[in-house]
Amino acid sequence: MENKNITEKDDVVIRFSGDSGDGMQLTGTLFSDTAALQGNGISTFPDYPAEIRAPQGTVAGVSGFQVHFSDHRVQTPGDYCDVLVAMNPAALKANICWLKKDATIIIDGDSLDEKSLAKAGYTTLDPFAELGIADYNIIVPDITTMTKEALKDFDMDMKSVVKCKNMFALGICLFMFNKPLEHPIEYIEAKFGKRNPTVAEANIQVLKAGYNYAHNTHAFANTYDVHAADLPKGRYRSVNGNQATAWGFIAASEKSGRPLFCGSYPITPATVILEELAKRRDLGVKAIQCEDEIAGICTAIGAAFGGSFAVTTTSGPGFSLKSEAMGLAVITELPLVVVDVQRGGPSTGIPTKTEQGDLFQALWGRNGECPMIVIAASTPCDCFEYAFTAGKLAMEHMTPVVLLTDGYIANGSQPWKIPSMKDYPEIHPPIITSLPEDEPAFLPYKRDEKTLARRWALPGTPGLEHRIGGLEKHFLKGSPSHDPHNHEKMVRLRAEKVARVADYIPAQTVYGDPEGDLLVVGWGGTRGHLESAVDHMRREGKKVSLCHFNYINPLPHGVADIFSRFKKIVVCELNEGQFANYMRMSFPQFRYEQYNKVQGLPFTKEELVENFNQLLQK
Amino acid sequence: MSELKYTVADFKSDQEVKWCPGCGDYAVLSAITKAMPQIAANSNVDHSRFTVVSGIGCSSRFPYYVSTYGFHGIHGRANAVATGLKTANPNLSVFVTTGDGDSLAIGGNHFIHAIRRNIDLNVILFNNEIYGLTKGQYSPTSKLGKITKTSPYGTVERPFNPGELVIGAHGTFFARSVDAEVALTTECMVEASKHDGMSVVEVLVNCMIFNNGTHKAFAGDKDVRAEHTITLHHGEKMLFGKDMNKGLMLDNMKLKVVTVGENGVTLDDILTHDAHEKDTMIHVMLAGMKYPEFPVALGVIRNVAEPTYEHEVERQIAEVSAQSKIKCVDDLLNSGETWEVK
Repeated sequence: MENKNITEKDDVVIRFSGDSGDGMQLTGTLFSDTAALQGNGISTFPDYPAEIRAPQGTVAGVSGFQVHFSDHRVQTPGDYCDVLVAMNPAALKANICWLKKDATIIIDGDSLDEKSLAKAGYTTLDPFAELGIADYNIIVPDITTMTKEALKDFDMDMKSVVKCKNMFALGICLFMFNKPLEHPIEYIEAKFGKRNPTVAEANIQVLKAGYNYAHNTHAFANTYDVHAADLPKGRYRSVNGNQATAWGFIAASEKSGRPLFCGSYPITPATVILEELAKRRDLGVKAIQCEDEIAGICTAIGAAFGGSFAVTTTSGPGFSLKSEAMGLAVITELPLVVVDVQRGGPSTGIPTKTEQGDLFQALWGRNGECPMIVIAASTPCDCFEYAFTAGKLAMEHMTPVVLLTDGYIANGSQPWKIPSMKDYPEIHPPIITSLPEDEPAFLPYKRDEKTLARRWALPGTPGLEHRIGGLEKHFLKGSPSHDPHNHEKMVRLRAEKVARVADYIPAQTVYGDPEGDLLVVGWGGTRGHLESAVDHMRREGKKVSLCHFNYINPLPHGVADIFSRFKKIVVCELNEGQFANYMRMSFPQFRYEQYNKVQGLPFTKEELVENFNQLLQK
Repeated sequence: MSELKYTVADFKSDQEVKWCPGCGDYAVLSAITKAMPQIAANSNVDHSRFTVVSGIGCSSRFPYYVSTYGFHGIHGRANAVATGLKTANPNLSVFVTTGDGDSLAIGGNHFIHAIRRNIDLNVILFNNEIYGLTKGQYSPTSKLGKITKTSPYGTVERPFNPGELVIGAHGTFFARSVDAEVALTTECMVEASKHDGMSVVEVLVNCMIFNNGTHKAFAGDKDVRAEHTITLHHGEKMLFGKDMNKGLMLDNMKLKVVTVGENGVTLDDILTHDAHEKDTMIHVMLAGMKYPEFPVALGVIRNVAEPTYEHEVERQIAEVSAQSKIKCVDDLLNSGETWEVK
């Protein structure tokens, strides 16, 4: 790397973009894994269209993958990018709004022909002038031509040759940021080596060609080095939110001794949870793909009745379909976790984009008085904690739990310090194995005095035969009862059982000082952005703190005390104010400002900081 | 193995049965409480392993009227709940009591997919061709033109024949009985429980209040049944009639009713019932026979062996876990690409 200027940087965001068939997700993942292996702090986010293969070369078909890597812990995939890799002019156009002012753009020169420019909706032959970015650092290597050249001795058809061009772009980026080629090479060998050695060899050849091209050209005279982050010592891996959710459930199963059952139906962006669980036959997981969403939850309820730790996983539309059955789980008082990976709604909405619009549905979207525990994960990694906790609460309190995540944390990935299961608590479901002496006949709705949880009697246990179902239950016998006072008693018992969970979850905490001028309130997957915006404000000496919620129903203890110590409260969420209104209902003594965004996108730190500053000045 | 000895009383519950007087469902209840002790003895199933799952409708009250484990679900979902229960615990003997509305209308999807998976559920489908619990609306099995509260000018929908539906979906077991034939219903249930895989026993039941006499033309009394139904037994000739001289034969790929001794027809011309035939064609034809042209087929029409869903799941778990290096969550979390921060 002689004759090169190496500049040190603390923080870089790269966005890889191209046609949805160009392999941008893989390119981005290989880059971020390489950076993670080098010890960088990492956060990534894929941004892909709903169509699997939208018309080639159009703006609608652009698929992106953003990698934020740093010499410190990173909380978000970054708002704007330092480097944009665009495989065609459509990709450039689609991402123009995400460029930093001094960004570097690497675009395949072969893609800038008249036809492609027209397809991407350009009206002139100079895309850079047309987009007003002519003075940016634009590098236009002929990636397709050089890929073909690198593979001229390979016995491959042209389509397969051109498919390798993403590796050329990856090679350039690895050189630019002083990253080694080992990891991508190992990955390609492992993935294609046995099945298709020619493809493996070709990809590696092109990867090296890209790297060497960058090395040999003046366009990349400046390279950058991002040092390893000062992360806590230990073994790390990369994990996305859906994976972590699936694994958290398996952990809860292990700690409770109850076999894990998952009944689900494929739906974006939740499907990966089912896919992860389906792999785990080796751990005895029974994950079944059902005929529909309703069957997903109903099979799970059947499995819960049979003694499994049962979960069902979905996104908004499927969550709607499961509503009636959630009521069945509430009245039968069976443990169950329903995961809603939220996406933009209503209806089919914007399925591949993130949103927090299902909060009210989670809290109240069922017929009758039908309280459920609602908790929300806030980062890709902590999906593991909250999936585990959802299972623990469901089983120990004998009640269904809604776990909310969202498309952003579900698809986003972070390095994760691998936890050890010895540090996790045992889970003690109230399973009963024989008829107690003081009960002449088994009373399925007799409760624990503290938690109000009923006992879990599993079919197959002699002497505990009983019947439960969707009809209102006699408060002890569990037989159908239409008695008016019994119904009222049961409605209140079910609510009280959920309310008492507040005694078993951590008290609410505040990030930053316990008092100040502005308290930022958020919940779920916005944590990273809110934290980084609050950090930014605090570095500027502003008295801003964050109160971020993971436990939503019941609310943790200590909230009112925190709220009372700030002059202003602003509730920030990716919907039109559902949590803000929930706060107005729960703590009406405070005044709440709102900051809402419903664009299918996460917050940006920049817009949050701007809004907080305005609030402080008011 | 010690044989488990139970009596009918062991399976009756203390709950007051709340069906209308004269309802055909009582006969099905009687049949199942007779069948369960036999099943327990045959298959060495402990009382505590019987579980009855239902949806919503008159038939779905059933779990409260037997003393086994029971789950009364929501409308249409009995087969889904039961699928989860049986997959989670294959040791249970799972019965589903459901109706023509519960399993063929609102729950039609779960019904056909449970059949497709061949999960070992014993489904008892009460077919009274009407919605009783909601007080008299037409069902997916109501006859074309049926006048009900929601079809005051007669239905304009063709009904399902449950047997054609089950066998058309390559169901592995289908039997049919009528409420009055308690012994036959009991026998069908016992056979269904012996069958590994999804079994559907359709029981034609009479709703005294909203659809009285819907099956009467062929099932009204013993004499009528003798002439207008045929009870099939595997390996036996397909004969019926009070003199057992009528039979079925194949003529130009279609079933035909003939009389032995007339027009040169001999016993050799009469079909022999093969419930184990995997090809669905003859079973669909038998299940589809309609009064008055044909006798309505009763008994076990189809009973073929195929791998069951829950068994295949267990087999995969055994095979994959034997080969996998991942034995616990710690192994899982540390699998794949990891790195050390020092």
